[in-house]
Parts: sequence; C-alpha cells; structure tokens
Amino acid sequence: MRSELTRFPLVKALLKNRWPQLLVFIVMLAGFLFAILSGFIGTPVGSSNFGIVFVWIAWWAILILVAVPFFGRGWCAVCPIPLPGEWIQRGAILEPPSRKPRWLNLRWPNKLRNIWLQNLTFTLVALFSSVILTTPTVTAIVLAGMLFLAIGMSIVFERRTFCRYICPVGGFIGLYAQAAPLELRVKDKRVCATCKDKPCYNGSQVGYGCPWDVFPGGLTRNTYCGLCMECLRTCLYDNIVVNARPFAADLAKPSTRLDETFKAFIMLGAAMIYAGVLLGPWGALKLAAYSVGTTAWLGYAAAFLALIFGILPAFFTLAVKVGQRLSRASTPQHLFSKFATALVPLGLMFWVAFSLSFVLTNAAYILTALSDPFGWGWNLFGMAGIAWQPYLNALLVPLQTLVLVGGLLWTVRTAQKVGTEVRVSPIPVIVFCTLATLVMLGLLL
Amino acid sequence: MRRSEMLSRMLVIAGVLIVLLVPLAVRFYDGQGIVEIHGRMAETGGWSPSAIKAQVGVPLHLRLTSDDVMHGFAIGQSEMAAVDVPPGKMTELTLTFDKPGTYTYYCTRWCGLNHWRMRGTIEVTSDGLGAPQPVSPPLYVTLNLDIDAPHPAPVTPLERPSALRGAAFTALLPPSYLTTDYYRSYSPAQAFNDLRSDPALKSLNNAQLWDIVAFIWQSNTTPEGLAAGKQLFAQNCAACHGENGAGNGVFADKLAAAGEKSSEDMTGAKGMQMKKPVNFTDPANMLGASPALLLGKTIRGGMGTGMPMWGSIFTDEKTWNIIAYLYSFHFTEVTK
Repeated sequence: MRSELTRFPLVKALLKNRWPQLLVFIVMLAGFLFAILSGFIGTPVGSSNFGIVFVWIAWWAILILVAVPFFGRGWCAVCPIPLPGEWIQRGAILEPPSRKPRWLNLRWPNKLRNIWLQNLTFTLVALFSSVILTTPTVTAIVLAGMLFLAIGMSIVFERRTFCRYICPVGGFIGLYAQAAPLELRVKDKRVCATCKDKPCYNGSQVGYGCPWDVFPGGLTRNTYCGLCMECLRTCLYDNIVVNARPFAADLAKPSTRLDETFKAFIMLGAAMIYAGVLLGPWGALKLAAYSVGTTAWLGYAAAFLALIFGILPAFFTLAVKVGQRLSRASTPQHLFSKFATALVPLGLMFWVAFSLSFVLTNAAYILTALSDPFGWGWNLFGMAGIAWQPYLNALLVPLQTLVLVGGLLWTVRTAQKVGTEVRVSPIPVIVFCTLATLVMLGLLL
Repeated sequence: MRRSEMLSRMLVIAGVLIVLLVPLAVRFYDGQGIVEIHGRMAETGGWSPSAIKAQVGVPLHLRLTSDDVMHGFAIGQSEMAAVDVPPGKMTELTLTFDKPGTYTYYCTRWCGLNHWRMRGTIEVTSDGLGAPQPVSPPLYVTLNLDIDAPHPAPVTPLERPSALRGAAFTALLPPSYLTTDYYRSYSPAQAFNDLRSDPALKSLNNAQLWDIVAFIWQSNTTPEGLAAGKQLFAQNCAACHGENGAGNGVFADKLAAAGEKSSEDMTGAKGMQMKKPVNFTDPANMLGASPALLLGKTIRGGMGTGMPMWGSIFTDEKTWNIIAYLYSFHFTEVTK
C-alpha cells in the first residue's frame, strides 16, 4: 500500500532540481555556523545561547518529533555538515564531478562497513551529554569537530563516509527511519539489473554517484538511504520514486545485523537514562553526569554502559531464550537481532516521549535566543524579555502516556510479526518491552 | 565554470560570511564606549574585569551580565539601588561619580559560598581637580583596640536584660553613661562593671544593672536604625551567621567544610583560613565586645576566619545600624 509522491510533477521537479535543496543547505549551513559562533563567543549561559537552544531544543524537537518519525532520513537530506566537504571532494557544488578523482578517494575499509563506529560516537556523545547539552563552548567544539571531521574524511575517502559510518546522529536516524512512512525505492528492479552504467551509483554528467554508497536498485530498507535525491537526478530510466507508505513498513523485514541491534539497545537505554538524569528529581545523579572525570561520573558512565551493553541485552536475550523454550523451536539464525526489530518503534516512542517533556519545558528559550542569540543584550524580534514558562503543561502527561502506550502497542505488533516469521513465541519479548515501558512511564510521569 | 556553479558558490560563501562577520561587526561597533562586566561566582573568577577606571563627572556606561547564576550589582559606600544581573542577559547601567576615589562594586545576591568576595573596584580620578578627601581613622583605631584578640565577657547576665525595665532606673543613672561615646567605646560587660562599681547604683542588684546596660544600648539607637540594621544583616550577614545570629547560616557548614580550599582559586585570598562564623547569640562572646570592636571586625573583616571586609561597602551609618542590631540578640526590647 504505497503512494508514489514523485508522480506529481511539482514534487518531482522540486526534488530533481538542485536549487531548492541547495538553498535549504545554505540556510542550514549558515545556521550551523551561527550556532558554532555563538557557542564560542556568546554567553556561556546555555539557556540564553543560540547554539545550545537551537541545536538541543529547536533542532532536536524538529528532528525527533517530526523529521525522523515522518520523513526518516529527511534531515540527512538537508544536513549542512557534508556540504563543505563535498564541495572540496567534488571541486564543485552543482557541476558534475570530473572523471578523475581530485583527492585520495579511498574506499572505506571493509571491516568498518557497519555502524559500530556510529554506535561508539553516539555512546561517547551520550556519556558527555550533560556537559555538551548545557555548555555552549562544548557544543560548539562538538559541532565544529563534526564539520571538520566530515571535511577531512571527504578528502581522504570517497562519498559521504562521515555521514554513513561516523555521524553519531546518522546512526539512530537510520535505525528509526525504518519506521517512517516515506521511502525512496526503484520502480522496477529489473530495470536496474539491466542498466549498464548504473549512474545512480557511479555518477554521470547529470549528477553524482550515491553519496551514501548505496545501490538504489538493492534498496529494501530506509536505513542507509540519505534521501539526497542524487539517484532521482541521475537515473536514465526514470526508475527512482519517492513513496508514501505505511509506518514501519521496513520492520516487516527484521534486521539480522548485530551492529543495528546494539544501536537499538543503545538508543533504548540512553532514552531511559536521559529521562532519569535530565528530567528526574535526583540531584546527585545530575551532578554525577555533569562532573566529567570525577569518581561519581565514572560510576555514572559505568552504569550507563552496563545498561546499554549489558543489562538490557542480557534481559532481552533471556526473553528470547524463554520464548524459544516456550515454542520448543529449533534455533533460527539471528533470532536475537530479529526480535530486536521490535525495539525500533519502542525506542523511537521513548525518545518522542522524552523529547516532548524537555522541548515543551524549554521552548520559551527559543524565542529569547532568537532575539538575543549571543546573550549580548540584542532584541532583534522584540522577544528577548519573554520570561521562561513551560508550554502545554496540562497536555504533557496525557501526550507522553499516549506516545508510550501507543509505542508499546506498535512494538507488540512488530514482535508478533517477528515471532510469526521465526516461529518463536514473542510473549517474553513483549513482557520485556512492557516492563521497559513501565520504567519509562515511571521516569517521565 | 557555469553561471549556476558560480552563483551557488557565491551564495554559499555569502551565507557563511554574513553569519560570521555581521555579528562580530555589530558587536564591535555596539560596544564602543561601554564597559562590559561579566559576573561569575567568586570561585570561578568573580567580576571580570574586576578593576575599571572612570573620571569624575563623566558618565560610566556599564553593561552587566552573569555567566552562571543570578548576581546583583551595587556600589559600596553609596545609596545606589542594587540591580539584578541575571544569567545570559545584559543589564545596562550608567554611573556618574562626583568625587574621586576608589569605589567597590560588589554582588548583592547569595550566588555561592564565596559570594561575599565577589567584588571589584572603580578607580575614579578627577584630572587634577581635587584629591580624594582625607578619611578619618575609624573608632577602633583611635581607641587602639586589638580586634583580633579574644574578648570574653568576664560577667554575663543570668537572664535576658530588658531595656524597658532598665528605663525605670534612669533617674539614678549618671548622664555620662548615656553618651554615644560611652556606648561605642565599651562592651556591655565593661558597662556592667562600671555600673556595679558606681556608688550611685549601689542599691541595685546585678539583674537590674544588666537592665540598665540594655537601656543604655537601646538609647543609642532608633527603631528605624534597628530595622535598617536588621535588613542589612539579613541581606549580607545571615547567609553565614544565620538569620537569628547563631552562626548557623546556610553557608556556615559548607564554608567550614570547604576550608581553605574554598578560597584557593581566588586572587589574593590564598592561605585564608575558614572557620565557622561567629555565634552572635553567645553572651560570653558578644557582651565582651564593644561597638567599636565590632565596627573594626566588620569594616576590616579577616580575623583569620573568612569574614569579608565591609568597610568599602557599608557607610558608617549602615555599619552602626548593623552593630546595634547585633546586640538585640541579647537585650529584650532592643528589637522593638
């Protein structure tokens, strides 16, 4: 049940033309650099600094509440981080690349062609998040570091290796993009099979080869397609389409990859820990998370790592094993990873519920930071004096409950489908997910 | 190169330059002639800059901001109302000084353990139009008091003295005891001993003499002065000495626990000892202290305890009001 959006001439024209995307890129890049600048030279007070407010409140709200759930990797399509690197790599912004590579153009090592590094970078950011999220200079360093790393990797490696293998955000966007009701696919795989030059992957005079190192003809999931639309521009046979589709369509094909499985655990555990640390009433926990390098922080980091890499996977393994025992089934391959597919909607809804809380609580800062982005006393839009107040406070708890319960139902349905496919009882996995949801409800409400 | 490529490059470069250069340019031109002062808790730097210059009669434009928590800003020895300095916001202020000298600006909010040390100076010069006015030495210097020496009261009352009861003996009291000079120069215990040895008061018992002491102390203040002293105490002293003067303010235990380390990072404060704040409700300590002695301790600070110096902050009147209020912890009616 899919609806091809690119059948509308206006949509197709907007997506094929480079200018709309480029203009958005430029605005995003300007905003990104502005955030870095404000982090370095603006007020060190996070709630009054554009960098903190726009990255961790405004951007995060748009990303997790809108972009990821509804557009999957839609953010990646306009993310400004790869723009400078690609310009250097290609030697052009719009013009087709020269046949001869300008730089080293190395292929990314085979052993690293997974998202383990993204799991690592996200975990690192998560461990230091209390400081990153509240300290403008640190946020600026992280953002600038990502930008320069992306540029450096564009010089050394081919395509967007930073986005594909390093970006701490890209990893989880890819995971949750599977749940999004939007996809880029080919109309007819036979056309791709017979296409000789495969310009969608190799590039041509009308566009670049897939920056995400994906062959569109083989796309079955959203995970690694960055929605950059290059293949739409280069396909000689008009065989690329963008579809609206049911939510979570990709989850019908459970993942068998352990790196993606652990990404699901990292995201699930991180949402629970963030809910406890950032929204909970435990001052000592907040202090420990903030006091990087102290014994208390080491304890916090150890607990964080133990939860996402030990406790959650261990209990999940137990649940899968019990399900197996209940079903008296033989051991299908990748059972652990396949059942972990159920954690995709669960984790996504955990993040939505968590984000609702701090986004609505802190949204007032967006208005003041817009008027006085550096905390220098400016009042560009007359909103610098707006007093802080939480928004939609009365709706928060019902919304979060709805999101978490809805997420659980979605998860149960996903687990049932996986159970049917692998012929193993999903009930223990459902119990695991229910308990996790109860914990999250307890932390948030 | 195609025109579209050229245009796209120009747009990217223009976008980058605009967001980077425009704020810097505005910042540069907007800041001309303005001194921007950043406030941080004393432990992490205090006021920055902590020393600025100004000229008599020339408006000094200040832009104040806090880099961490809520601070307040006021100029010592002046009647200027304190202004709040919220974090991440700019508070603009223009000051004009009519006399040369070194003025102290200080934080008026309990921002942290060492809030009291969050100070800076404004050196105001007059272009040769006049030197700073000579300052007369404070009373404790004139009296040659050793304000660091212990001052236990050799005698203390068995019950709380009452100024109201003491007023009943006014007719017996020689007028010399009621002068301001006498009040400021002697401790209550000394006054008691003087009264005890005075033949005119021979018939009175010890409790009655202590009531007279309370009356002498009350007669040297006013209800308005006491109210002002109470307010100043609450704003500036209670955090350490406690709202009721018992030395148990919200910072008292933390300061003692932090010890010397709490002030190690502060300029000029290294090696300072930290002791628990004085308990003003202890009669053995307080009734042995004369107002002149307390004046010295207040305006000079120190004493190896972590007590800040308030001489550059409070006017004489304010200091005497606080001192009068301190005795109210021992004398009934003084607080009325």
